Amino acid sequence: MDGLKRGFAATALFLCLWQALVSFGGLPAFILPGPLRVAEALWKNAGLIAWHAGITGIEVLAGLLLGAAFGAATALLLAVSPAARYLIKPALVATQALPVFALAPILTLWLGYGIWSKVLMAVLIIYFPVASAFFDGLMRTPPGFLDLGRTMGATPARLLWRIRVPSAIPSLASGLRLAAVYAPIGAVIGEWVGAAGGLGYLMLLANGRVKIDLMFAALFVLAVLTLLLHRAVGWGCDRLVARID
Amino acid sequence: MRQAPSIEFTGTARFDTHPLFPPVALEIDSGSWSCLLGPSGCGKSTILRLIAGLDTGVTFEGHIRASDGGPVPERVAYMAQTDLLLPWLDVVGNVTLGARLRGEAPQVAQAEALVARLGLKDHAHKRPAQLSGGQRQRVALARTLMEDRAIVLLDEPFSALDARMRSEMQDLAAEHLAGRTVLLVTHDPGEAARLGDRVFLLDEAGMVEAVPPAVPSIRPVDNPDMLAFQARLLKALREGR
Repeated sequence: MDGLKRGFAATALFLCLWQALVSFGGLPAFILPGPLRVAEALWKNAGLIAWHAGITGIEVLAGLLLGAAFGAATALLLAVSPAARYLIKPALVATQALPVFALAPILTLWLGYGIWSKVLMAVLIIYFPVASAFFDGLMRTPPGFLDLGRTMGATPARLLWRIRVPSAIPSLASGLRLAAVYAPIGAVIGEWVGAAGGLGYLMLLANGRVKIDLMFAALFVLAVLTLLLHRAVGWGCDRLVARID
Repeated sequence: MRQAPSIEFTGTARFDTHPLFPPVALEIDSGSWSCLLGPSGCGKSTILRLIAGLDTGVTFEGHIRASDGGPVPERVAYMAQTDLLLPWLDVVGNVTLGARLRGEAPQVAQAEALVARLGLKDHAHKRPAQLSGGQRQRVALARTLMEDRAIVLLDEPFSALDARMRSEMQDLAAEHLAGRTVLLVTHDPGEAARLGDRVFLLDEAGMVEAVPPAVPSIRPVDNPDMLAFQARLLKALREGR
C-alpha cells in the first residue's frame, strides 16, 4: 500500500513538472504536448492505441516465452555437456559483441513486416541474459549437495533435476527479471525498422503526421505495459523462488 | 541391513608432487566407531572422501577394501560438517531425498516415524530455514539413518554445534548408528575420546593409533578415564606426537 502511495505521489509530481514546463516554458504542442493533451489523445484514440498495444503485447509475450525457453534450454545443455561448453560457449559470448539492433533490418528482410521479425528481435535480446544467468546458477551448486547426492547413488540426470536446477532457480529468476524489461525494447526496435502495426509503428506514424500528442500517448502505454510485465514476471519469479527457498 | 563389513584403508595421497599424507593404514572395525583425529588440513577428510568415492583432487595410491569383498561407495551414508539440507524441501522431503534421487518411491511413513523418534515430530513439514542448528543436524542424522547403509562416514558433523547440543547429538548418533561400521573424522579430542572404539591420530608425519580406555563407548562426559584419554589426545595433537 505504501509503495502504491509513493507511486502516486511520484507520478503526480512528474505530471505537475511536465505541465509547468509546457505552461511556463513556452514549448509548442508539436514539440512537447502537455499531459492533459496527451490524456485527451489517449482517450480519443483509445481503440486505435489498444489495437496496436495488443500487437506489441503479443510480440513481447511470445518473445519472452521463446527467449526464456531457448535461454534456459541452452543453459541446461551447457551445464550437462562439457563438449557444448567447449564449442558453444565462446560463440555465445562472441554473439554479444554484435549489436542486436543492427540485425533488425536483416530480420525484417527475412521474416517480413509481420510479428515474427519482432518476436525474433525480442528473443535475440533476452536469450543471452537468461542463458547466462541460469548457466551461472547451474554451475554454482553448493558442492556439498552434489557430494551428498552422489553418495546416495543419484544418476547425473536426477542430480541435475532434483538438486542443480532447484538451486539455480534464484539465478534464473534474475535473468527473467532482466528479460522482462529488455523484451519490449526488442519488439519496438523491430517495429521501427518495418512493421504494419504495434506501438512502435504507431509512434513513427504519429510522428510523421505531427500528431505528437498521439505519439506521447503511445509511448505512455508502452511504458505502462513494460512496467506491468516487469511486475508480473517479478511476481512469478518471487513465487518460484519462495517455493524453492 | 546385513552384517556391516569392516574396512581397510592403506595407501598414500599427494597433490601433484606435494605429498598430503605418507603411507598410512586405517582399520575401521565392523559395527563399531573408529575416529580419525587430526589438525585441519592433514588429509583426514580426504581419506573419508576417498572411502566414499567422492572427488578429492589428489592422486591416491593404495587400496580400500571391505572385509566381505563387496563394493564400498555403494554402501556408504555420508554426513558432513554442514547439514546439507536442501532449503526447498521440508524435513520429510529431505529425509526421503535418497529415494527420490534413485528414482524409488519415497517411504514417507517410515521417514515420519524416524523424524518423530529423533524428537522432531512437530517439525516434520517445516523447511530447514525454520529450524535451529541442532534441529537441522538431527534432520541430517535422520536422513543418514533413512539411507540404512552398513557403512556411515561422518565428516565433523557436530563441530558447528554448541557444547551441549554437540554432546546430545553424540549420544543420539551413538544410539541410532549402533551396529554400523562408522568412521568419524574430527579435530576435537573430546569427541574422539567419547565416541571412539578405536582412535587414529593423523598428521603430516603419518598415522598412529591411540588406545582408548576400557570403558565402552559412548563414554559418559564425566568419566575420569575418558577425560584422561582426551587430555592425552590433545597433548599428542599439540606436540605432533
